[in-house]
Amino acid sequence: MDGKGIIRSLGVALKHFVDSYVVDIQARLSGRKRYYTPEGIKERSSADMRGIVTIQYPEEKLPVPEEFRYIPFLLYEEGEDGKQELRCTSCGICAKVCPPQCIWIQRTTDPNTGRPVPAPAAFYIDVDICMNCGFCAEYCPFDAIKMDHDYEIASYDRSKEHIFDLNRLAKPVSYYAEIRPTNYAREEAARQAELEAKAARKAGAASAR
Amino acid sequence: MEQTIVSNSEDLAARFPQMVTADTRAGYEGYIVQPEHLVKFTKKLRDELGYDYLSSLTGVDYIEEGKFEIVYHLAKTTGGPGVVFKVKIPRDKPEVASITPIYRAAEFQEREVYDLFGVRFKNHPDLRRILTWEGFEGYPLRKDWKEPYYEEDAKPFKSRWPNGQVVRSEDNNPYNDNVQYPDGFDPEEWTYTGDELIYQALRRKHGLDSDMDTDQMIINLGPQHPSTHGVFRMVTLLEGETIIDLKPVFGYLHRNHEKIGERNTWLQNMPFTDRLDYISSMSNNFGYALAVEKLMGIKPPERAEYIRVMMAELTRIVSHLISIGFLGNDVGVFFTQVLYCLEERELILDIFEAVSGSRMMCNYFRFGGVARDLPEGVLDKVKDLVFNRLPRKIDDLDRYVTNNEIFKFRAQGVGVLTAEQAIQNGASGPILRASGVPYDLRRAAPYSIYDRFEFDVCTQEHGDTYDRYLVRLDEIRQSLRILQQVVRDIPDGPVQAGKPAYQVKVPPGEAYGRVEGPKGELGYYVVSQGKPNPYRYHVRAPSFINLTSLSDMCKGEKVADAVVILGSIDIVLGEVDR
Repeated sequence: MDGKGIIRSLGVALKHFVDSYVVDIQARLSGRKRYYTPEGIKERSSADMRGIVTIQYPEEKLPVPEEFRYIPFLLYEEGEDGKQELRCTSCGICAKVCPPQCIWIQRTTDPNTGRPVPAPAAFYIDVDICMNCGFCAEYCPFDAIKMDHDYEIASYDRSKEHIFDLNRLAKPVSYYAEIRPTNYAREEAARQAELEAKAARKAGAASAR
Repeated sequence: MEQTIVSNSEDLAARFPQMVTADTRAGYEGYIVQPEHLVKFTKKLRDELGYDYLSSLTGVDYIEEGKFEIVYHLAKTTGGPGVVFKVKIPRDKPEVASITPIYRAAEFQEREVYDLFGVRFKNHPDLRRILTWEGFEGYPLRKDWKEPYYEEDAKPFKSRWPNGQVVRSEDNNPYNDNVQYPDGFDPEEWTYTGDELIYQALRRKHGLDSDMDTDQMIINLGPQHPSTHGVFRMVTLLEGETIIDLKPVFGYLHRNHEKIGERNTWLQNMPFTDRLDYISSMSNNFGYALAVEKLMGIKPPERAEYIRVMMAELTRIVSHLISIGFLGNDVGVFFTQVLYCLEERELILDIFEAVSGSRMMCNYFRFGGVARDLPEGVLDKVKDLVFNRLPRKIDDLDRYVTNNEIFKFRAQGVGVLTAEQAIQNGASGPILRASGVPYDLRRAAPYSIYDRFEFDVCTQEHGDTYDRYLVRLDEIRQSLRILQQVVRDIPDGPVQAGKPAYQVKVPPGEAYGRVEGPKGELGYYVVSQGKPNPYRYHVRAPSFINLTSLSDMCKGEKVADAVVILGSIDIVLGEVDR
């Protein structure tokens, strides 16, 4: 019990304290902006961060990584005349795989034949129940449902605004390409390859005939 | 490793022919014990064959046979495979002998089976409800029990597709209308008497008459007390400031995880496991994936194994950092220590987020692999952390805490648990190792690819709070050592065996998958009947069973030390209450 340990502890704490000033002063002298700039945020969240590391939300926001997942959304292709075509075929896999069962889908039926049409008549997600697991996006065979990056969805009325319908869920493919560029590029390449393979098969079948 | 394991392959059915028969059902293993021989047989296993550690005890309701099955998993703290045996008891007269006198680790687990299945254990010292409350109707894990929001026996529900009419379940089940009470139970009239029972039990155990004026008094710490790390209660019997006895009370966060798990499909359980010990979701995923893979008979590809170990070890570091940090809060270093630890944790969570999409609820493991490969740049980040930053910061933390006289004063010799007690109470993880028992599943019964890495099993001798802290600090260093080997050796290749499927086929049978989680031995007991849903899904939660030791640790200590001791056990209520 000679107090050396305590002094050493205080030394560590003092170093942290002094660092919080030194790092800021160093940044200012070298002309780096440590606060309220993207580079500053990057510096403060990098593996050699020192000094003050907290992010001043909401003035500053930590950029989310590409795989970040929050509430799902539905993708639509933008036609030339502004027509929005949902990729969803209402196959129901997302509703079946959903662990808390927060997805409700109504399939369209053809009024003349009574047969199902591959498009949803209604699509609801109760975001109070959604646990953001990402299974719907992972197992969708049509890349029609994806996880969003927009985490600021607070609202004043839980009972009215927390069931998202088609209107609220649908977002353009271009938005998806913007938030998840790598995934988008990979999926597009796969889709292209499949199309080509299909064409080749068709050509092969035609020449055999 | 030179180690001879004595007669693990020995046929117990041949050795004890009158007591046991082999379990010959397809996909099952182990033995069936006659109920009347249970105690004798268990004693023999412990005293003659060296199975000194009760890993898990749970029940299964085979409603079609009209039987309950109590399932016991025993292990040896010297390592090697464990043994499993079952007792079948009739559903209409559910009674079986308690093995708590033989393994105290059974105390809470038998209470849990009593609470959730309604099985009575004869000779149990304190058979009370443990997770549900007095006004709870029925036994929720029985197959014929239905919850208030019941829709169907198993997911996916038919109401969702193809004609999904959205309805909020709270509108469907108006308030007050969805609760069932036992016969003659009126919540308006009811006055709570459960506490009195605990108080009397405590007093009587120490020969104190409740009518007599004594110096002893009963103090409740919690359920809402800043030191209890969640909604958790310690009922203490005090003499002055000294704790004579203590009983933990919990279940405030009970949501019947296991029943939810039995309604879910196999895959749907994966994100639910995240919510058990929410500090270390990757480890929870790991245990569950192992158990189901055992049933399915598949193995993940090499790269996936490396990624799994990487994530599990990063999780261990996260969990231990939290534990060490908040221990600081418990001894009175308000938030300095914990914030230093959280800073490092944030960097690891960044990696989890980049890999899995979420900082805490990772949901990253799949049967036969992991959800996706490491995105670009993540491996470099991990390298930077494990070779450069973390070793330096852990040394900093070491300098800050280990030799600090105030911390030593509060922690050394406080909350001592001897090795015998620890084994007897079924303690696991850092608690067991701090008491001097070198039992670490990564070595004792290696799973995944842990047999390839060089690392030490960290132990200490005294079993006090200080040693538990030291073991955790050492384990962070050993985890870094494993991580350094992982990032050096990780091969390229696929990360998923076979095609990803949302409906997996799991052949009938049972499996017990266990991993060395940060808190201790995390086990999953699953039973499949070949359906899309598990027939039984049980979690052997380390924090829950580690709490058995709390009263042993606290006896004779001061009441202020109970706070520190609880901190040193490192519980997470999401896992304790399930």
